[in-house]
Amino acid sequence: MNTIRIAAPRTAKRGEIIELRALIRHPMESGFRRGASGEVIARDIIVAFECLYDGEPVFRAKFFPAVAANPFLTFHTVATESGRLEFRWTDQHGAVFSDAADLTVET
Amino acid sequence: MAARPDRRAVIAGLAALAAMPSFAAGNSARVVVVGGGYGGATAARFIKRLAPEVKVTLVEPNRTFTSCPLSNLVIVAARDLAAQRFGYQALAREGIDIVHDRATDVDAAARTVALAGGSTLRYDRLILSPGIDIDWSALEGYGSAAAEAMPHAWKAGEQTLLLRRQLEAMEDGGLVVISVPRAPFRCPPGPYERASLIAHYLRNRKPRAKLLVLDAKDDFSKQPLFQAEWAARYGGVLEWRGASDGGRVSRVDAGAMTLETDFERIRADVANVIPPQKAGEIAARAGVADSTGWCPVNAVAFESSLQPGIHVIGDATIAAPMPKSAFTANMQAKVCAVQVARLLRGMSPEPTVLVNTCYSYLDPDEAISISGVYSNEGGVLADVPGAGGVSPAAPNPRSRTSEAAEAFDWFRAITRETFG
Repeated sequence: MNTIRIAAPRTAKRGEIIELRALIRHPMESGFRRGASGEVIARDIIVAFECLYDGEPVFRAKFFPAVAANPFLTFHTVATESGRLEFRWTDQHGAVFSDAADLTVET
Repeated sequence: MAARPDRRAVIAGLAALAAMPSFAAGNSARVVVVGGGYGGATAARFIKRLAPEVKVTLVEPNRTFTSCPLSNLVIVAARDLAAQRFGYQALAREGIDIVHDRATDVDAAARTVALAGGSTLRYDRLILSPGIDIDWSALEGYGSAAAEAMPHAWKAGEQTLLLRRQLEAMEDGGLVVISVPRAPFRCPPGPYERASLIAHYLRNRKPRAKLLVLDAKDDFSKQPLFQAEWAARYGGVLEWRGASDGGRVSRVDAGAMTLETDFERIRADVANVIPPQKAGEIAARAGVADSTGWCPVNAVAFESSLQPGIHVIGDATIAAPMPKSAFTANMQAKVCAVQVARLLRGMSPEPTVLVNTCYSYLDPDEAISISGVYSNEGGVLADVPGAGGVSPAAPNPRSRTSEAAEAFDWFRAITRETFG
């Protein structure tokens, strides 16, 4: 289970800088560890994250094996129009995990 | 069940002391012990027992000690608080000078302890066993006033009863939240024992109520055992949320009865906030606590790494892998007493073996345990490989109930040794 937790304000003033937080539960298995009987534990990582604001990317990140399990990002964007904030993680196999929050911009 | 700790090595250490030369007449050393809990009361008694000519003074503000072990049973009305209380009469009868006052300062150079009442005690060796203090500055929104609405119940007494009354008064269908801080804190399995007992209480008394445990950690003591037992017993009642699942509480609001994590604001009907902790305040005043708020020691004699002549035992110490438990405090007190008696007789301290067992109740009649065996070679505590262990995951039907009986017997034994 890749539980996702996101935190975004429901409302903001136009032009306001808003803080967004996003966490996905994922083992981020580096591929460098060995199990109890010496076998290499296969790499299994998230490779990319992006946040879309009304379909437009406003934040992107690439993840590598050195990123710890359950990556947690905090970042900012400027509230421009009411719209949907979508948070998308892509793993090394191409699977996409996502969640969204609606933002209302008050003038 | 894994091997039980072997106490013979410890007892051998105590016996060795009997062969030591006693003090020359007129050379009566003074030991002051600050803190009359499982650590301090035990240390005072054992020094008096091992070296009767030493003048031992125990400084403790309270006339009655209230035990944290078993106090989680009090919260769920399975035990009376009165059964948790112990006095110091037995210690006084043994010739220990009991001073019911608060130690306010230590002058390590002059070897004196100042008391709130204005007097000063001189010592040759000082043993500090101050336990924990709540770190009121560590959690936004939490303070001594907030603790009246959101009890910590992490020092047994009125707080224990307050949490009990709140649970009893809560309507069925309410939400109980326990917030657990990052390690280190007193009694590592304590929050999870408490969660088990509260879940049991809710299931029987308020079947529509829920318990949410918000944890600032992802791993905890006896975790696989607890989680398997929770799934079997309290599914649908108890939810545990670790740090990587947004479980860390960063702020509380006692007026609104809310707890905030990075992702949510949760309104509780009963909120048990177990806050971050530090060594009891006298440790900082004596200069034996470091920047972590806890006390580094050389674990052979539990002498402070920062102030020679001052020993620190119990919850206040940095003693990992030994946990902050009553068993540990009592064990360290006995080892410290032996070594202090040796030092006073001009002998050097010797390494020993130490043990700990922590029992945790799953419900009022069933318990699990974890045991450890430790060496203190070179002043550093380390697990003895292959010794100790935890209760079996798939026990025979009676093992959980027999461990609950063992826990009760352990409590009777340790309180008798410390206070009785």
